[in-house]
Amino acid sequence: MQLIECPWCGPREEVEFHYGGQAGVPYPEDPAALDDVQWAQYVFFRDNPKGRFEERWSHAAGCRRWFNAVRDTATYRFERVQRPDTTQAGTR
Amino acid sequence: MSAPFRTPEGGRIDRSTTLEFTFDGQTHTGHPGDTLASALLAAGRHSIATSVKLGRPRGVAAAWAEDPGSLVQIEEPFPEPMLLATTVELYDGLVAHGLPGQGRLAEVPDSARYDAVHHHVDVLVVGAGPAGLVAALTAARAGARVALVDEQAEAGGALLGTDDVLDGAPAPEWVAAAVAELAAHPDVLHLQRTTAFGLYDDGFVLALERRTDHLGTAAPRNVSRQRVWRIRARRVVVAAGAHERPVVFADNDRPGIMLAGGARTFLHRYGVLPGREAVLFTTNDSAYDAALDLHRAGVRVQAVVDARPEGSPQRRQDCERAGIRVLSGAVVTGTQGVERVTHALVAPLAAGEVGASSAIGCDLLLVSGGWNPAVHLFSQARGRLRYDEALGAFLPAEELDGVAVAGSAAGVLDLAGCLADGRRVADAALAALGLAAGEQSALPAVEATPAGSAPMTLWRVPDGGDGSTSFVDLQRDATVADLARATGAGLRSMEHVKRYTTIGTAHDQGKTSGVLASGITAELLGVPVQATGTTTFRPPYTPVAFAALAGRDRGRLFDPERVTAVHDWHVAEGAVFEDVGQWKRPRYYPRPGEDMDAAVLRECAATRGGVGILDGSTLGKIDVQGPDAAEFLDRLYTNMISSLKVGSVRYGVMCGVDGMVIDDGTVLRLAEDRFLVLTTTGGAAKVLDWMEEWLQTEWPQLRVRLASVTEQWSTFPVVGPRSRDVVGAVFPDVDVSNEAFPFMTWRDTALGGVPVRLARISFSGELAYEVYVNSWYARAVWERLIEAGRPHGITPYGTETMHVLRAEKGYPIIGQDTDGTVTPHDLGMAWAVSKKKPDFIGKRSFARPANSDPLRKQLVGLLPVDRDTVLPEGSQIVELADGGQLPPPPVPMLGHVTSSYRSAELGRPFALALVKGGRSRIGETVHVPVDGTLVPVEVTGSVLVDPEGARRDG
Amino acid sequence: MTPRTPGADLPEHPDFLWRDAEPKKSYDVVIVGGGGHGLATAHYLAKNHGITNVAVLEKGWLAGGNMARNTTIIRSNYLWDESSAIYEHSLKLWEGLEEDLGYPILFSQRGVLNLAHTLQDVRDSVRRVEANKLNGVDAEWVEPDEVRKICPIVNTSSDIRYPVLGATYQPRAGIAKHDYVAWGFARRADEAGIDLIQDCEVTGFTTDGDRVTGVQTTRGTIAAGKVALCAAGHTTTLTDMLGFRVPVQSHPLQALVSELLEPVHPTVVMSNAVHVYVSQAHKGELVMGAGVDSYNGYGQRGAFSIIERQMAAAVELFPVFARAHLLRTWGGIVDTSPDASPIVGRTPYENVYLNCGWGTGGFKATPGIGDCMAHTIALDEPHPHVAPFALDRFVTGALVDEHGAAAVAH
Repeated sequence: MQLIECPWCGPREEVEFHYGGQAGVPYPEDPAALDDVQWAQYVFFRDNPKGRFEERWSHAAGCRRWFNAVRDTATYRFERVQRPDTTQAGTR
Repeated sequence: MSAPFRTPEGGRIDRSTTLEFTFDGQTHTGHPGDTLASALLAAGRHSIATSVKLGRPRGVAAAWAEDPGSLVQIEEPFPEPMLLATTVELYDGLVAHGLPGQGRLAEVPDSARYDAVHHHVDVLVVGAGPAGLVAALTAARAGARVALVDEQAEAGGALLGTDDVLDGAPAPEWVAAAVAELAAHPDVLHLQRTTAFGLYDDGFVLALERRTDHLGTAAPRNVSRQRVWRIRARRVVVAAGAHERPVVFADNDRPGIMLAGGARTFLHRYGVLPGREAVLFTTNDSAYDAALDLHRAGVRVQAVVDARPEGSPQRRQDCERAGIRVLSGAVVTGTQGVERVTHALVAPLAAGEVGASSAIGCDLLLVSGGWNPAVHLFSQARGRLRYDEALGAFLPAEELDGVAVAGSAAGVLDLAGCLADGRRVADAALAALGLAAGEQSALPAVEATPAGSAPMTLWRVPDGGDGSTSFVDLQRDATVADLARATGAGLRSMEHVKRYTTIGTAHDQGKTSGVLASGITAELLGVPVQATGTTTFRPPYTPVAFAALAGRDRGRLFDPERVTAVHDWHVAEGAVFEDVGQWKRPRYYPRPGEDMDAAVLRECAATRGGVGILDGSTLGKIDVQGPDAAEFLDRLYTNMISSLKVGSVRYGVMCGVDGMVIDDGTVLRLAEDRFLVLTTTGGAAKVLDWMEEWLQTEWPQLRVRLASVTEQWSTFPVVGPRSRDVVGAVFPDVDVSNEAFPFMTWRDTALGGVPVRLARISFSGELAYEVYVNSWYARAVWERLIEAGRPHGITPYGTETMHVLRAEKGYPIIGQDTDGTVTPHDLGMAWAVSKKKPDFIGKRSFARPANSDPLRKQLVGLLPVDRDTVLPEGSQIVELADGGQLPPPPVPMLGHVTSSYRSAELGRPFALALVKGGRSRIGETVHVPVDGTLVPVEVTGSVLVDPEGARRDG
Repeated sequence: MTPRTPGADLPEHPDFLWRDAEPKKSYDVVIVGGGGHGLATAHYLAKNHGITNVAVLEKGWLAGGNMARNTTIIRSNYLWDESSAIYEHSLKLWEGLEEDLGYPILFSQRGVLNLAHTLQDVRDSVRRVEANKLNGVDAEWVEPDEVRKICPIVNTSSDIRYPVLGATYQPRAGIAKHDYVAWGFARRADEAGIDLIQDCEVTGFTTDGDRVTGVQTTRGTIAAGKVALCAAGHTTTLTDMLGFRVPVQSHPLQALVSELLEPVHPTVVMSNAVHVYVSQAHKGELVMGAGVDSYNGYGQRGAFSIIERQMAAAVELFPVFARAHLLRTWGGIVDTSPDASPIVGRTPYENVYLNCGWGTGGFKATPGIGDCMAHTIALDEPHPHVAPFALDRFVTGALVDEHGAAAVAH
């Protein structure tokens, strides 16, 4: 039961947040150009490190905004949170 | 009825009031301030329970939650399994009995109420003993928001069980003054009878307050019985005290054998003599106080048996002055007695060898093997522990961010040290919070603890035998012999040893047995105790009732009920409801004497033959706005949305990236830059989240904003050939003709100044108008539609009829006719998959090998050949072997029935099904096993009524 | 002395379990992960294939991961043919396991009820029951009054938030004592000469082209003819070292237990909608699983709000549980896959075999997957029961999606 720092709202209870998995997996520029293996990597495969992990979260029961975080999956501690860069695509 | 072991005076009980209770069928008395255990001891009863495995009598062995012995079942006022008599506060009319290992649940539901409260503080102090009180006072005086929680009925902690003097007055006076000072601070929450049972991340502590348990039958019904406090603290001070540790010896489990500090507590706090003739067995100085106090209270102390070769020269003098014999370098090797200890067997201990023993008569054997700091909460918060050789116990090995441990919980075992430690830890917390200390008075003056002798760590006294009556965990009947078997079986990890012996898995979760087991196992393996370590401490610290954690989330409050603006009308009309997500939707409206089949046939016929009305308000609605809204929807839907004209409506399908259908619905283009998106009832929240995720994380450059308007707009489809008459009558300003208001368009109008939107959308194939209105006015609009429809026999219908009507047209319900493995093509909706758009979510997955498998399941219709059987939804479809028989298992399956109804229109039952290669099987006969028979069914196309679409324009 | 409480204690363990083995220089087969699956694989390698030059490497204490933390439900009433085949294979092995292992594993076939609370639950349930029957798995649909007969304490009143509309019932399902199962496999493997090596964490692999030749550990490098990865939630830590990806995510899953209670709950009850799965174990404690925490986590702990929700669900469905007490909570690490089905079989390395992605279903599969993995390793050919669960299904799209269809986890 952590306090998670929403980059817009400040620290809020863990239950208000939705987890979005690995960050930095952009939607492919041209899916049709990918072979089945490459496409499967995008659809199904995500990193699963024990330790530092760049993730996406959304303050689902609050401001409903998505943000990126760096968290340790072993200790659950957040290293930092940041607003996504809204000036370019592919912040997923 | 008498209480022969009650002292003539003293204790913190209210002797002016007498309470009557029943234990094991016998009536006893006690006083307010007693626990069930103290009252039983006052009556001379030590033997409380029967052990789980061996059936040995067990008694009160400590004074609070660390007691492994006094397990009881409460019968009245309400059955509650497995509590400790030492923690049950006495009340009038209590009925209880000793437990033989298993508790018993009540057969009737618990009518008590439970609730939860959130609380936020700067400093939370757990434990109102000397360290905790000083810490709370220090923080309160500095102006911090403080919470102080303590598990006992009154504050004071260890001070309640001693005759300590603070600032020249008995300890209770100092405690009372401290409590009064805390009460005067408006920002201090002080809760007694409140056990902090779990410490989680970021200063989150869960505490259980027992609000009315001590009142018994007098508990007011309007007060919750127990309350869970969810406390978020910037700093947590754990001042939870220490548990005295026993020493293991043969037959160490008999009633009358008690921790020394526990006996002292029974004397000072409850005014009870736990015996008449006592022997004390100790490895440290602290226990001498128990012997001396009991001696002063009139107990004959037969001997103090001190395992240390030199004993304690200082304390020996105290004893000799009192005429108490002290045997140094001696141990208790065993005991005699059955229901109560009668003799302690005492023998010299030299160089690890135990000499010949002699019996000393006693009815009370006090034991002290030192102290185990209560590190439970610290360890739950992932704090590392280290083994301290001097104490023979585990201590916090690190500083945790935001969590400090103070007083005896940190291994500080003298009063002056605990007071100072409380101040030190509070000062550090204040500094971390940036709060000035404020005006602090000096710590109370206490008598210095006399210089003493170092304690000795002694886990067990060799019993000369196999250790099979040397109990380590009394609650599990687990012995030294069991530990020896475990290590002999090859086990090295403490976790394995715990599981092999079950030590530490019972009600007390190893409060007294855990460290003993680690110590003895280390001895058996010949390794340091630090190497064996402890097993993991897990929440809760003490047991918590399920209902307390359930709180108010029970019954109707278990999950929110969502109802539409017209719900009361449906109730008044006798609708039968269906749960769809959290919504309550009318399923059908039976008339007197009708079952569901009859009602649905009537509703269907009335709608297809005249006019029906549905409350479709639960459909999800999302307002999509912005210059890039059309582009955005093009990317999410499989079909083209951007080509939709303002004023028009289009059906759309949405897939996941894996190409499987996740939702469907209609899209209304309200303006060039604005759409109203309709989703399924169950999919509303998911689709909005899905859209937000893509918009915010993938396409933030798209200028689009999303808002849920599900609850703002009520939606009423008016359906059937007479719907034009009804809608035209209610909204005379609208030209409802097909030419002026064609299919798949919408129009805005108003009714009495209230904006209304009408849309020509049909989920039944019939002429139909959906009426959208602000939910505030929905009931009035609904009633006008009903009124206007009356001449046409307007019939309200529910979800069941809606399902039949749409299934007759082959319209799938996402989540019923699909299961996350179905593509638009499988549903026969290739027409809804754009070939023009370069990409949309899911498109690439359509090109995977499995998607072109000719045996993919496809949505088809099924007509039972007997024209009578309604196939149960979920039925499997099979091909028979040659000879018309079912092949032996595993029988290959072709697919399953997703929807199945009796059709008024067709005059026969029909079904929708997902069938392998289904469209190529149209015209074939396959079979459906139903209740042991094989029902032949004909595979058909999925559209069974009005395949030409002739009816939609009326 | 009064007679002891029936059932409140457990049968004794054997006097000897396993040697605390030291690693040798080289083995024919190295199994990474000394949990239930790794130990069962070792046992069946020895028993069925005579392969005993085998090491099982465990980074902590044997069977100390999910095996020590699960709620021990055993059943085979899965929807898809592929799933019910492997789980039914496993159930059949469970039925003879006590004899095979010579260990009192307390396998108790007390049946499982999977409750339906919505009309869609009912459709899904009937679909699963009908599929089970045709696949030769015992299963039936039972109406609420029959639910009450099978488990009288279930709240079958129509006056609750999500009334019970019926249930699927598998009479052959049940529970077993998890430590006993693990230790039974461990003892048999040890007797066969297999080395069970604890406190031995894998830190890397030595490779030669598309073969792994050695396993680097905290206790030295061990040469390996074949390598089997049976590390559940820690699988990706290993595959990251090997440089290939598997689509599993590790999440905390919590469970809890009550004090010992007189027998009150005769079967196993699972409910997806109200999210309860509960049985009463042999000593009398109620054993209950809670929900999966949403985030990736290796901490073997989760949020308490999930426990509170679990208690609300338990009291909702079982009003008599109100004053039972929560005694202990704990967490495990479940390895979830995209289609809620396991990932088993070959890897890009020709002598490395994969077994992961069981999510919440791993315990019940223990003997079945041990047998199939042993077959796969020994014959270098995926056992027919695991062939559908190959890693390449995520490329072809031929998933075995147990989410949407049956949606009955655990």
